[in-house]
Amino acid sequence: MTTVTLEQAELQDRRAPVAPFAAGPAPAPAPAHVRRFDARTRWLHVVIMTTFLGLAATGLPLLFSEAAWAQLLASLFGGFHGAGLVHRVFGAALLGAVVWHVGDVFWRAFVRGETGLFWGPNSMVPQPRDVVDFFGMMKWFAGLGPRPKFEHFTYWEKFDYWAVLWGTALMGAAGLILWFPVAASRILPGWMFNIALFVHGAEASLAIGFIFVVHFFNGHLRPEKFPMDLVIFTGTMPVDDLRHERAAEYDRLLQAGTLASCGAAAPEAAAVTRGWVVGTIGLTLGIGLIGLILYAVLL
Amino acid sequence: MWTRFALTVAAVGLISTAAAAGQSPQAAPKPPANEDCLACHGDADAKRADGRTIAVDAKRFEGSTHGPMACVDCHADLAKLTEFPHTDTLAKVACASCHDDIGSKYHDSIHAWAKEKAGLTAAAPACADCHGRHDILKKTDAASRVARANIPSTCGSCHAGIKQKYDAGIHAVALKKGQSNAPVCSDCHTAHTIQRADTTAWRLGLTAECGTCHAGVVASFERTFHGKVNQLGSTRVAACADCHGAHDILPASNPASTISSGHLVATCGKCHAGSNERFVKYDPHPDPQNYKRGAILWWANRFYWVLIPGCFGFFGLHSLLWFWRSRRNGKERGR
Repeated sequence: MTTVTLEQAELQDRRAPVAPFAAGPAPAPAPAHVRRFDARTRWLHVVIMTTFLGLAATGLPLLFSEAAWAQLLASLFGGFHGAGLVHRVFGAALLGAVVWHVGDVFWRAFVRGETGLFWGPNSMVPQPRDVVDFFGMMKWFAGLGPRPKFEHFTYWEKFDYWAVLWGTALMGAAGLILWFPVAASRILPGWMFNIALFVHGAEASLAIGFIFVVHFFNGHLRPEKFPMDLVIFTGTMPVDDLRHERAAEYDRLLQAGTLASCGAAAPEAAAVTRGWVVGTIGLTLGIGLIGLILYAVLL
Repeated sequence: MWTRFALTVAAVGLISTAAAAGQSPQAAPKPPANEDCLACHGDADAKRADGRTIAVDAKRFEGSTHGPMACVDCHADLAKLTEFPHTDTLAKVACASCHDDIGSKYHDSIHAWAKEKAGLTAAAPACADCHGRHDILKKTDAASRVARANIPSTCGSCHAGIKQKYDAGIHAVALKKGQSNAPVCSDCHTAHTIQRADTTAWRLGLTAECGTCHAGVVASFERTFHGKVNQLGSTRVAACADCHGAHDILPASNPASTISSGHLVATCGKCHAGSNERFVKYDPHPDPQNYKRGAILWWANRFYWVLIPGCFGFFGLHSLLWFWRSRRNGKERGR
């Protein structure tokens, strides 16, 4: 069974009750590829992915300090002290990247006057249609309806996004308290270090499990995308993918006649290779770390 | 001619056989019995030429754990001696010739190193310095120098300063009250494989030793950053003794304790420069299950026990359904 066949199957589901995309005014000739992520977004993803993997690999030895592999994993970074140093550097980098991103969003909204960032089809903010889409997806799972027509960001993508933002804020705050406990004690009582350590560990378990299982599946490993979706690395996707995966956005762009302006050249072979290499490394390391966690928890 | 030769050979053979038979009792003289030795050493006033006593208390020896043995079992070089009195210098008694496993343990200890390598020949202890000589008793005998209750005095005969500290601590008080499982020197330092107290391996093993009695306290410690780093094999973070002291451990209620409210800032400040009253509100032994010990930690624990399984359950199911639906659609399509 090829990927294409599965996507076509989805399309079948979707097409049945809704008007086919040919309806509406005559469209401009559709480009073969469309742009989805600009360079800064792709870089942000690479930075988050690198630092997240590094933070997980250097933090897990401490979270599972009694596990048989804990000392071995830490020794890859030069033992506990080396792992601690790498953890702090990556933590600062991730915190910096997220702070930069939030600043960038506000700059785009309020300085550059970009619209649609905080509401509307291109916004990351959860909206009523996400609830509708979620129940539509449940119906599709149950075989009771077509696959929902998604917009630019789906509800599970929004969940990923806000989980990273919220998780980084919370873990960053807890991490800074643990990094500078004496400074923190100027405003916080000492028992907050207990809370900070607990929350840092619990939130890490949540984030690591979520990213390396749920995000990997939703973004890459599900049958329609297996083994990975390169759009986050190349920035562009075939227009067919847009039509299948995000039919509401496709229809909207088609109706507005702006689909052509979203067109992009097919990704260069080098960019595709780069995407495969980076994606494969990320997926492998993430799944490997999940394996270590399962080993520690189950054995 | 032939007959004479044969006779001569036979005569020589007979004579030499007789000679050999007569000589054999003289070649291996009977070793001296304990009474032989005690003939001299049993005299309480027996002294060497230099005035040092050579007396052996026969009664105490017979009552000791080695009582049934012969003097020459240990003083093996005297077993072959025929002329008495013997010379002043005898071979050193080799306890390890019987106690070989303990001997090799001792050989790896700091005491053996001090004696054999560092040249502390007079100060560093060998077997007899702790166990005694002709009056060795089993450690189960209350009068033994190595009975639990007597170990602090035995070690303290050299480590007098440490003994003084130990005596002031809660463990010594408990021991004197008759609590026989209260720790003595050898519980932490071992008896025969004593190491320097600043080696990483030894320090990392200490937490488990405290945990043999204080299991819950050590389990809570292992939940903390200190405990986790300790488990990872680093001694740069605090373990039990760093906060509680080593030999003079006192309960927090005692104002002299390192963890009394008056000393806590200074104790944390040993590592955390800038430690203050707010800083020391940290709980080094947290228990998320114990509401009274920390309500907020208890609530945080509850919250994540709902959030984490909820999140994984929800999205796990979401992913499984999605997988199932995609495969099913794919199969239907393939038909």
